[in-house]
Amino acid sequence: MLIHEQSRPGRRATAQAPLNQAATPGLPAALRRRTRAALPEVSELQAVRHYTRLSQKNFAIDTHFYPLGSCTMKYNPRACNSLASLPGFLARHPAAPPGHSQGILACLFELQELLKVVTGMHAVSLAPAAGAQGELAGVLMIRAYHDARGDHERREMLVPDAAHGTNPASAIMAGFAVREIPTGADGDVDLAALRAAVGPRTAGIMLTNPSTVGVFDRNIEAIAEVVHAAGGLLYYDGANLNAILGQVRPGDMGFDVIHMNLHKTFSTPHGGGGPGAGPVGVAAHLEPYLPVPLVVMDGANYRWHWEGERPQSIGRLTAFGGNIGILLRAYIYARLLGAEGMRRVGEYATLNANYLLARLRRAGFQPAYAQRRASHEFIITLKQEAKTFGVNAMDFAKRLLDYGFHAPTTYFPLLVPECLLIEPTESETREVLDAFAEAMIQIRAEAEREPETVRRAPHQLPVRRLDDVRAARQLDLAWQPPAD
Amino acid sequence: MSNVPTDLRYTKSHEWIRDDGDGTATVGITDHAQDALGDLVFVELPAIGQRLGVNDACAVVESVKAASDIYAPVAGEVIAVNGSLESQPELINSDAYGEGWMFQLRLDTDADLQALLDADGYTQALAEQD
Repeated sequence: MLIHEQSRPGRRATAQAPLNQAATPGLPAALRRRTRAALPEVSELQAVRHYTRLSQKNFAIDTHFYPLGSCTMKYNPRACNSLASLPGFLARHPAAPPGHSQGILACLFELQELLKVVTGMHAVSLAPAAGAQGELAGVLMIRAYHDARGDHERREMLVPDAAHGTNPASAIMAGFAVREIPTGADGDVDLAALRAAVGPRTAGIMLTNPSTVGVFDRNIEAIAEVVHAAGGLLYYDGANLNAILGQVRPGDMGFDVIHMNLHKTFSTPHGGGGPGAGPVGVAAHLEPYLPVPLVVMDGANYRWHWEGERPQSIGRLTAFGGNIGILLRAYIYARLLGAEGMRRVGEYATLNANYLLARLRRAGFQPAYAQRRASHEFIITLKQEAKTFGVNAMDFAKRLLDYGFHAPTTYFPLLVPECLLIEPTESETREVLDAFAEAMIQIRAEAEREPETVRRAPHQLPVRRLDDVRAARQLDLAWQPPAD
Repeated sequence: MSNVPTDLRYTKSHEWIRDDGDGTATVGITDHAQDALGDLVFVELPAIGQRLGVNDACAVVESVKAASDIYAPVAGEVIAVNGSLESQPELINSDAYGEGWMFQLRLDTDADLQALLDADGYTQALAEQD
């Protein structure tokens, strides 16, 4: 039941309501609302019950294994939350002058420094508020770089076909034309196709490494050489940074600009829409274009750098300093781990993925790239199961919910038919991985014995299979009061 | 086995093209493509008058599973689009070679339909992809 449907005229949560209506004398009459907003009128207890019940229906990392590939749904340590919620952080006004913000600025400055070391980049800006915004900032900097050199013909962005859909979207938003580069049968970028594609119009390439097919591109040095020799720049999509944390650095692979998803790799809350944080890091030749603000050390004090200090910056992406609450959580996470801990993140994320892959493979599931070692995630294709039992990847995903597991990513990347992209993360125990593998084996047995059970799953959840086709064709996004 | 009419030409990226015999040709996606994509929920068509080169991405079909670009099989100018698809994308699922047509091109003089796959060639390409 929607909270709107519980609404009764005049019912109020008096204790929560403001005493007086705020005055808005500056608002022109034409912009003032003439009818009341359609807000639910409920008691405080009704609101509490409604949202508590909704939260109990959630599949969340705090309640379930959540192996959503390329999303890095890992545990968010409680310590990060409680320290970032200290009153000195929470109560700081975003417009407070630097003299009153030295503690918070010190944390942000150290986070910038730390991310530089982890990624091997020359400078970092924490401004972007999400991964996709970090991508946009990255490609805008590539554009600014070429334009500053008078190299205006470089308007083509190369994007491998395995890339996240946000890559070509960001490139187009920044005014580039996108050229797709195929992936070879072994999962690496097709080098011959890349060589044929580069030229005087090449602005750069957007690469995820390890890629979305769950393997580390072994030719990264050759790719960097080909693109750089053609005058293009390399952009690193940090979606899969978790796999290589503390092991190998994008800066050392030859990338000129990168974004990081702190809500993935640095364990800040993720899923449910954010807020996220997508800092960008650059090599020295791109530093002037970084989005503002940056935190700098000025003698013994910290202060912000804005457009005045950085006239070539691509500008601001958010109000104030970005999603500072999230940046603080990431900073605390990094400090709790230390360098040694970060190395273990990469090792355990990779070990867990390869362990689960080996178990599923032994049980007869088909890996998409059988000859390759997995990175922190891997793909199995259920093509055979779909053909033999008439039970597809989506049916497996829905049935997993009945077994108490959030489904892995389904039908992505698009190049592998009937695929599940599985990322267990370093947070999980061996027992959980074993239980997931057992569930997959059970579901396949059901698919053979009683396919209808799998095709109609889930059976145990508050809602059954949704009609996603009807939902997409007949959009119904906003509640409307019933006609009188 | 999917339906591959013999009077059409095909691409490996699963477009079909029908020679309308008067210097124009009609383009859509194959029965195999609609089946692989599943129920379509959105179609974006090219603009009338738009000039297309071979393999230019010129339309988008979206299902609940995936969004896919549609490529021009040959060069030409868009002279008509199937506007019904905007409100009824399911026409592609129900009748990929008929009511589910996507757009019509006036072919450039050097456009060569014969260079594309015929029904046998496309059927073989499907078998290889499997």
